Amino acid sequence: MLRVPGSTTDLLSLKARGADVRIVYSPLDAVRIAAANPDRQVVFFAIGFETTAPANAMAVWQAARLGLDNFTVLVSHVLVPPAMCAILESPTCQVQAFLAAGHVCAVMGWTEYEPIAARYHVPIVVTGFEPLDLLEGILMAIRQLESGRAEVENQYARAVKREGNLQAQKTVFRVFDIGDRKWRGIGMIPASGYHLRPEFARFDAEERFDVGTIHTSEHPACIAGQILQGTKTPLDCTAYGVLCSPQKPLGAPMVSSEGVCSAYHAAGRGLATPRAVPLFELTRSEP
Amino acid sequence: MCLGIPGKVVEIRDDGPLRMARVDFGGVRKEACLAYLPEVQLGDYVIVHVGFAISQLDEEEAMKTLEILRMLDPEGMDMELGSMVEEAAPKAPRPPAAAEAAPAGPPPASGPA
Repeated sequence: MLRVPGSTTDLLSLKARGADVRIVYSPLDAVRIAAANPDRQVVFFAIGFETTAPANAMAVWQAARLGLDNFTVLVSHVLVPPAMCAILESPTCQVQAFLAAGHVCAVMGWTEYEPIAARYHVPIVVTGFEPLDLLEGILMAIRQLESGRAEVENQYARAVKREGNLQAQKTVFRVFDIGDRKWRGIGMIPASGYHLRPEFARFDAEERFDVGTIHTSEHPACIAGQILQGTKTPLDCTAYGVLCSPQKPLGAPMVSSEGVCSAYHAAGRGLATPRAVPLFELTRSEP
Repeated sequence: MCLGIPGKVVEIRDDGPLRMARVDFGGVRKEACLAYLPEVQLGDYVIVHVGFAISQLDEEEAMKTLEILRMLDPEGMDMELGSMVEEAAPKAPRPPAAAEAAPAGPPPASGPA
């Protein structure tokens, strides 16, 4: 989060310049910070897919219970199924099957994916995150493709139930409504994000601080949107490994370790081998 | 951000209206909120994401997955998981006393690698 580039800077750079930016383990920690510092405004960045929404919803719920008036959230939640539909609707779509993210489904279940598999005739396999899980998920998807099936299957049965975590869903929908969301690198996708429900508007940082319309300019060389949609790989990007690296990312897939560009980078794919400095150059430059 | 981690519940307490736990992730203990898994008991394995337990691991299903993977590639499987498989997936049913006494490691193929 801290390295995500804004139009002119990022949170990590601001922190280095003295801004009070803190990393918390749980959103409840942010609520605790607000409760302990009533004279300061605490803004929590409530981001992520469906997996983080129950935690963020509970933070808002707790802030309301404690009557905190110095805690707000900047909500930027995104949802998986509308993004899958957007990819499948695209004329350049090259995706033949999906591995549905296991922990998103641990929260939401997979009933939302059944109409997608049927409508677009695309296999969807709910898959865990260990290397063997991924291999089995890929195998299950390939077996569906080879036999002409298009169903939702669950590879990650040890952690995911069809209905998901109903308790978590209940809190999420008490606090959030579904609304349109602009995706970095892709653009607006209808009904693809969570927004605070009107009764929690006082916890909305965008309302409290009157930030106006936020527009983030993205780097022109970054092709994150096409990479996210599976039409390009990081190796097609002129910025990859040159202008863009995990230390200085330009787009979402390079920001966190599970992003495509970051994973390519960690494996050294397509990176020029560092030039070996000949020994005589080193000795010559010595005084 | 999407990668929740499985761990073992080693302590449960109430923090106001919230049920909280200490969860052991292979030696590292962290706090997790149990609000979304009210039925979790001491010794259960849960997947924790940003400080919230979101799913309880089903040991029976974990064993089934291991068996499938073992059938696909027995040698590779044993190499990948080492002795954990032998401890956690015995061929014959475990006597109940032994099952209770043995501190079960994280269900293989889901423990932090």
